Amino acid sequence: MTANLAALGYLVAAVCFILALRGLSHPSTARQGNVYGMAGMALAVVVTLLVLPAPSVGTYLLILVGIAAGGGVGFMIAQRIQMTAMPQLVAAFHSLVGLAAVFVASAALLDPEAYHIVKNGSIKTASLLEMGLGTIIGAVTFTGSVIAWGKLQARFPKHIEEKIPEPVLAVFRLFMSSKPILLPARHVINLAIGAGIVLLLLVFMGTESGFVFLLMTLLAFALGVLLIIPIGGADMPVVISMLNSYSGWAAAGIGFTLNNPMLIITGALVGSSGAILSYIMCRAMNRSFVSVILGGFGETGAAAAEEGEKVAKAGSPEDAAFIMENAQKVIIVPGYGMAVAQAQHAVRELYDALTKKGVEVKFAIHPVAGRMPGHMNVLLAEANIPYDVVFELEEINNEFQTADAAYVIGANDITNPSAKEDADSPIYGMPILDVEKAKAVFFVKRSLAPGYAGIDNPLFYRDNTMMLFGDAKKITEEVVRALDP
Amino acid sequence: METVDPGVINLIIFVLAIFVGYYVVWSVTPALHTPLMSVTNAISSVIVVGALIATGAGGSWAALVFGFLGVILASVNIFGGFAVTQRMLAMFKKRG
Repeated sequence: MTANLAALGYLVAAVCFILALRGLSHPSTARQGNVYGMAGMALAVVVTLLVLPAPSVGTYLLILVGIAAGGGVGFMIAQRIQMTAMPQLVAAFHSLVGLAAVFVASAALLDPEAYHIVKNGSIKTASLLEMGLGTIIGAVTFTGSVIAWGKLQARFPKHIEEKIPEPVLAVFRLFMSSKPILLPARHVINLAIGAGIVLLLLVFMGTESGFVFLLMTLLAFALGVLLIIPIGGADMPVVISMLNSYSGWAAAGIGFTLNNPMLIITGALVGSSGAILSYIMCRAMNRSFVSVILGGFGETGAAAAEEGEKVAKAGSPEDAAFIMENAQKVIIVPGYGMAVAQAQHAVRELYDALTKKGVEVKFAIHPVAGRMPGHMNVLLAEANIPYDVVFELEEINNEFQTADAAYVIGANDITNPSAKEDADSPIYGMPILDVEKAKAVFFVKRSLAPGYAGIDNPLFYRDNTMMLFGDAKKITEEVVRALDP
Repeated sequence: METVDPGVINLIIFVLAIFVGYYVVWSVTPALHTPLMSVTNAISSVIVVGALIATGAGGSWAALVFGFLGVILASVNIFGGFAVTQRMLAMFKKRG
C-alpha cells in the first residue's frame, strides 16, 4: 500500500469520527453514529497494519495478542459496569489514553527511524517539541485521571478493602476522599513544577537526552496528581471534562510527532469536545474555569447553620403520594443522591404509577446534576424512562410555576434560591431549577445537611416544602406503595 | 516558490479540525453528554496507530515493549469505549 493510499484511508477514518460525534445530536441517530466510529477505528487500524515498517508474521501475531488481551478486558468491563459507576469508568479510560500517549512518545524517542522523524542523524527539533508536549499532556492526563477516578469511586468494595493492609488503605482513603486536599502553598508548588517541566522540555529539545525525557515525564506525573487533589467531589463534572479534553490534546501532540493528520484531526475533535463540556459545566455553576481548577471550593463557605428559628416540615411518603396523585403535573428533579442510592428504578415506578393515574410527569435535569455531564440522563434511560419526558434546565424551567408538585430526589444546591436572592452566597448567580415555584415541593434527603457548596438551602423551611427524610430509594418505593389503590 | 513544510500543513489541519469539533460538539444534545465523553474516549485511542508502528518497526527492543504496552492500553479503551457507548445509547428510548 502506498503512502498516498494510506493517507486517504486515514482521511476516511477521520470523517467517520466526525460523523460519530455528529450522530449524537439526537438519540435517534446516535447509535448509527457509534457504528461510524467503530468503522473508522477498524479502518485506521487495518491501514496501519498494511503500512508497518517491518511487517512479519511474528509482529502480526504479537499485535493480535495485544489487541485481543486489551480489547477483551475492555469489552468485559464495558458489559459489566453499573451505569451509576460511569463517571469512574470514563475517568479510568482517560487515564489509559494518557498513559498510551506517553508510551507512544517513548517508543518514538527510542526508535525514531520507524516514524520518519530523523534528519541528518538526529531527531528533528520540531518533532522533539511535539513529542515532548504529547508526553507532558499525556502524563498529566494519566495521573490526573487516576486521582479523579479515586475521588469518584470513593472506596473499594468491602471484600477488596478487607484484603488491603490498614496503612495502605489509609493512603487510599486519603486520596479517594471527595474532600479537597489543600497543601500549603500549592499554587507555588504547581507553578514551580510547571516551570521545571518547560525548562526540561527546552533542554530535551536541545540534547535529545532520554534521561531528561524521563525526568520531564516524572514531573508531569507529579503535576497531574497535584492539580486534581485540591478539587472537591462535586466539581468532578468539570475535571472529568477537562481530562477528556487533555486526552484529546495529547493524541493531537502524538499526531504531530507521527506526522499523521488523522490523529491530529481526532485529537482536535476530542480536545475541543472536552473543552466545550468544561465550559458548559462551569457556566452551569457560574464559576470560572480558573476557580474550579484552583480548587478548594466548599471549604470556606461552610457557615454554621443557624440553630433554632427555622423549622423544616417533615412529611411522610403517604402525604407525598396523596398530593402527587391529585396533581395534574409533577416535575421530578434528580441529583447525585439518586445515583448514590441507585434509586433510578424506584423513580421509574413512581413515573409509571403517576402516569397511569393520568398525572403528567416530567423530569428536569440541571447540567451539573450528578458527577459528569449527562449522568442523570443515562441513569433515567437505564431505568427505561423515555427520553422525551426528560428536559434540560432551559427547556423546563418555566414550567415549575404551572406544576402542582416538584419531587426533588438527592439534589440540593441546584435548587437553592440563594443563587438568585443572596448576593453573598457562594453560589450566587448560578442558574438553578425554579422548584420553589411549584405549588408543593418534596425533598427526598437523608438530613438537612447542606450540599456541596456548604450552604443552607432556605427552600427547606418554606411553607410549601415538605422534607421526606431517608434513603432516596426506600422513600420513593414507599411513595409508590402508598399510591397503589 | 519553496514548498510548505509538512509541519505547517499539520498545523492548518489542526486548526481547521478544532473548528469542526467546535461546531459538531455544540450540536450534541445535552442528554447525550455522557455517551459523548465515552465515545470521544474511544476515538482518541486511535493513538493505537502510533503503538502499532512501534510494535511493527523491527527496530529497538525497548521501543517494541513500549509499543506493545501501548497497543494493550489503547485496545482496552477502544473496545471498552465503543461497547459502553453502544450499551448506553441502546437504553435511550422514546415513549410508547
